[in-house]
Amino acid sequence: MASHRVTPALQRVLFTWQHVAWKSRCCAVASHAKYSTVYDPAEKTFDKILIANRGEIACRVMKTCKKMGIKTVAVHSDVDSSAVHVKMADEAVCVGPAPTNKSYLNMDAILEAARQTGAQAVHPGYGFLSENKEFARRLAAHGVTFIGPDTHAIQAMGDKIESKLIAKKAKVNTIPGFDGVVKDAEEAVRIAGEIGYPVMIKASAGGGGKGMRIAWNDEETREGFRFSSQEAASSFGDDRLLIEKFIDNPRHIEIQVLADKHGNALWLNERECSIQRRNQKVVEEAPSTFLDPETRCAMGEQAVSLAKAVQYSSAGTVEFLVDSKKNFYFLEMNTRLQVEHPITECITGLDLVQQMIRVAKGYPLQHRQADIPINGWAIESRVYAEDPYKSFGLPSIGRLSQYQEPVNIPAVRVDSGIQEGSDISIYYDPMISKLVTYGSTRAEALQRMEEALDNYVIRGVTHNIPLLREIITHPRFVSGDISTKFLQEVYPEGFKGHQLSDSERWELLATAVALFVAAQLRSQRFLGNLRVSSSQQEQRRWELSVELEKGVHAVTVSRSGSTYAVDLDGKRVDVSSEWNLASALLPVTVNGTQRTVQCLSRSASGEIDLQYLGTSYKLRVLSKLAAALNKHMPEKVPEDTSSILRSPMPGSVVAVSVKAGDTVAEGQEICVIEAMKMQNSMTAAKTAKVKSVHCNAGDTVGEGDLLVELE
Amino acid sequence: MAALKVVRSGSRLLNGFQSLLNNPRKVTCGVAATVTKHPRWYCVSHLSVQERIERKRKAALSGGGQQRIEAQHRRGKLTARERVELLLDPDSFVEYDMFVEHRCSDFGMEADHNKDFTVFGGSLSGAHAQKICKIMDQAMMVGAPVIGLNDSGGARIQEGVESLAGYADIFLRNVMASGVIPQISLIMGPCAGGAVYSPALTDFTFMVKDTSYLFITGPDVVKSVTNEDVTQEELGGAKTHTAVSGVAHKAFENDIDALLNLREFFNFLPLSNKDSAPITECHDPSDRLVPGLDTVVPLETTKAYDMLDIIHGIADEREFFEIMPNYAKNIVVGFARMNGRTVGIVGNQPKVASGCLDINSSVKGARFVRFCDAFNIPIITFVDVPGFLPGTAQEYGGIIRHGAKLLFAFAEATVPKITVITRKAYGGAYDVMSSKHLRGDVNYAWPSAEVAVMGAKGAVQIIFRGKENQAEAEAEYVEKFANPFPAAVRGFVDDIIQPSMTRKRICRDLEVLASKKQANPWKKHANIPL
Repeated sequence: MASHRVTPALQRVLFTWQHVAWKSRCCAVASHAKYSTVYDPAEKTFDKILIANRGEIACRVMKTCKKMGIKTVAVHSDVDSSAVHVKMADEAVCVGPAPTNKSYLNMDAILEAARQTGAQAVHPGYGFLSENKEFARRLAAHGVTFIGPDTHAIQAMGDKIESKLIAKKAKVNTIPGFDGVVKDAEEAVRIAGEIGYPVMIKASAGGGGKGMRIAWNDEETREGFRFSSQEAASSFGDDRLLIEKFIDNPRHIEIQVLADKHGNALWLNERECSIQRRNQKVVEEAPSTFLDPETRCAMGEQAVSLAKAVQYSSAGTVEFLVDSKKNFYFLEMNTRLQVEHPITECITGLDLVQQMIRVAKGYPLQHRQADIPINGWAIESRVYAEDPYKSFGLPSIGRLSQYQEPVNIPAVRVDSGIQEGSDISIYYDPMISKLVTYGSTRAEALQRMEEALDNYVIRGVTHNIPLLREIITHPRFVSGDISTKFLQEVYPEGFKGHQLSDSERWELLATAVALFVAAQLRSQRFLGNLRVSSSQQEQRRWELSVELEKGVHAVTVSRSGSTYAVDLDGKRVDVSSEWNLASALLPVTVNGTQRTVQCLSRSASGEIDLQYLGTSYKLRVLSKLAAALNKHMPEKVPEDTSSILRSPMPGSVVAVSVKAGDTVAEGQEICVIEAMKMQNSMTAAKTAKVKSVHCNAGDTVGEGDLLVELE
Repeated sequence: MAALKVVRSGSRLLNGFQSLLNNPRKVTCGVAATVTKHPRWYCVSHLSVQERIERKRKAALSGGGQQRIEAQHRRGKLTARERVELLLDPDSFVEYDMFVEHRCSDFGMEADHNKDFTVFGGSLSGAHAQKICKIMDQAMMVGAPVIGLNDSGGARIQEGVESLAGYADIFLRNVMASGVIPQISLIMGPCAGGAVYSPALTDFTFMVKDTSYLFITGPDVVKSVTNEDVTQEELGGAKTHTAVSGVAHKAFENDIDALLNLREFFNFLPLSNKDSAPITECHDPSDRLVPGLDTVVPLETTKAYDMLDIIHGIADEREFFEIMPNYAKNIVVGFARMNGRTVGIVGNQPKVASGCLDINSSVKGARFVRFCDAFNIPIITFVDVPGFLPGTAQEYGGIIRHGAKLLFAFAEATVPKITVITRKAYGGAYDVMSSKHLRGDVNYAWPSAEVAVMGAKGAVQIIFRGKENQAEAEAEYVEKFANPFPAAVRGFVDDIIQPSMTRKRICRDLEVLASKKQANPWKKHANIPL
């Protein structure tokens, strides 16, 4: 553990050093510390920028500001007062209590903070006020520059209905749909009937998958309308919805554009963002395996023509749906820096934040379209604090008791705004970090991603690394055969973790057994105890039993040096390691293959939890005798959960649809929990009578809290 | 009552009769257990001595016979012999007194001797008590801990006063051994009547969930005397004793889980009061910084946090063996290692009742502190205490008397004492929690510390009673007192440290304090306010 536990300050040093070293080997590469664009100190931009955001994106913007010699101002809510972005900034101003509408969406307070600190410009990051024209307008009125497009473009593109009309006019391919606001559920059903199912219902003011539902029939349309309008109201304060044809099995590919205030616009290639769950991106890559140069060029040119049509300036993203025949349709334009912008930076060498700041100051673009390269391949995994075993990710909260980013691996960039000891709270997005790996080829980038995920230490909150690792190693993903349906198609029954092959199983069992023996031996090494015999020989051979997923295996282990030869049902597996039992990472060599395994926990009763190939496995190692006697131990019956509905995540109860005595059908909605601004419908696991209801609308509930009991 | 007494000590002290177990920290054990009476044996006197020895060994080894063994297994329990084998390392156990029944029979006693449930329901006989006493005497002499695995029906009514005498003999030895060698009881079945007092006298009592009970009288007697309807589990099950009565220190899932955990627990303890606390090989760097601790204490002084986050953060490999985790949860006690060295940790738990001290938490803390002091285990105290819990329930219950126990225990302790004030240290509770004034060796404060007579609100209400501008006065009070400086300038805290440095500092201090020598004035014994 020693060498890995370093202070945040040291981590940053390592990070920089890392990329410097790497740069010398591969100069075409744009990593965080290495962009092909130069920071010209003579080019005067701003003295001080306020970043109206939190978390990783606030940190990301500050990093570029520091490079450009610009002072930074952080704003924060009271619960964020010791957050990383606050520590990183030169100045920090508290703008209100935890709920976002009182802090990060509190325009008055943020404007006041800008005034107080004398910030000349505001970078809004993504989310929050980034696409709020009112905010941009008020900043302008105060003489503060908004780092982003002007209000006209935000308004035009922020409204999905208007943006579609403009796109049509600009000769951008669009999806058939209803170009207007839908009044109520019944109108939604009628329009859906006209367009033809399936349809997509989405918030007019929306983005990021929030307030978005797909409906395949009238019933779902009504339900979707209700959910979307509620979510839209709570997320954006605007419950207007629209409906359009849903393109089945499409890819989601977006074009990064960059424009200045002088009428110049560039397209910076595409990002493939098809791997999504609930319309939120999980894994992104640049470039896309699917696009040929012609399609890329056509998409790029349409994107630029749209940008020009609205006199766009700053960085923006034009999202397209691409069907299997490479037909592409305009989806929407995001008038802000995207979450997944780092992969574009990796392959083009541009620092997008720097470009945004330059453009905001009024400088013309430094590049021409021909200057924009595609160098190598970059992949981004969004590491979330969420449980991937529940609908591919339900939010989880908690304190990061241990946290270590895999920045010691070459060509890895981690954008995060948290550190060991940070709290992931219910108030904000549960993203832990964006893990980006780069390679000269896709295979190399994928290989590094695998390694980086294995070496990423996150304890204290449930995280989605098991799912990320499965995705990036899945044959379909590796071959590039993906669509926005990828997760549902690959895991129709829901994500169940990595499925072990036979040889992987042996490897895992042997690793656990060897770890057990190493720990046993160490527990017998007492130092400085005078009453210890020196004559005692250390045990060299063990007869043990190891259990995994109900399968029990007898094993014998013999040791020579730091290598354990494990005999497992007649198969011999050699496991060697330094056996540093304090380290969160356990690098082992199993039959010659090197791997990093993580020991999540070890108990006195022989339970060992290992994170192996991304997934965590519960194993139990016992002596032969204990294993033989174990069958006499009483089986403790876990409580029958089909009649109990517990909250799968922390959040607040939005609505309770049943009361005691009601009869509910299997699958019927019982209540709605809102967490991280997503509404989740809790349904009955069986048909039964409601025995008791333990929650009311408006309650805050924790994970595992009892909501409703059925008979 | 203890069916088995297992003693351990360094191997050089043991020869001949004892078996060596385990690891370099040798476990030596003797046992008084599992002998069965078999009347037919007396009819076969023509057998050679050798053959008789063999037959008796075999009979003894099978406990009460296959059927009885199976019955025990059906109850989800193991036999005494299986338990001992699990507790100790393979082939390391040598039994004492396997032939004890001979002597008893020769003396014409009703021979049934032990508390192994497979043999005669395991009630206590005079002979069995003798076996236990023999082992305990031996353990005291060599300085080896005693572990009792208890599965006993109580005194053998048929034996009358003889078995009562047997109990008393054991009690006396428990008391004599107290503070000399660590004594641990693991309750693995019913343990009723007089038998319960032996575990009560030992340092730690552990139980097995669902299969062990401790009570003075069972549900039937309770019903006839007080007319209460109560199940065995409610009256004296593991849950009751670990959460309500505080009689037991921890409960485990089943026999195997309990025995394996006992092995782990054992490694924290020194062999006797003459030995230092053990030091194990440690892979966790002693100078490791813990950045997470810098943000663990919330900025709002009224907001709770989990003291276990701090304890796990500083301990070697985040390992903490908590004692009484479900009882008086407003104080956390348990064992951990710092740079391989066993330490006892005491911490107020802000998550429960704001971490205040009340009757139960004071007694829980006091007993733990005294154990550590008796067995040379350094004590690390984490303080975030708003004071003693007010109210009639506490005053009538004698919080003054019980709170004094914790004060007494900390004051009298002469082992290395390191204290870290993480946030509140208010009033008398500040004094109690291993303060400088009670001979704390090293007392640290985190920047978030507030050492004061009371919180700002209460103080201002008293000082400025009836005056206006309370809010202003409160702010002034906070500025003046709600910080570590008043204590630091007076030398009541030795240093104000960055939380992330805490592990590093404690490990270094323990190194220095390893040679600490401090003695209390000679006395027969102190008079702790019981």
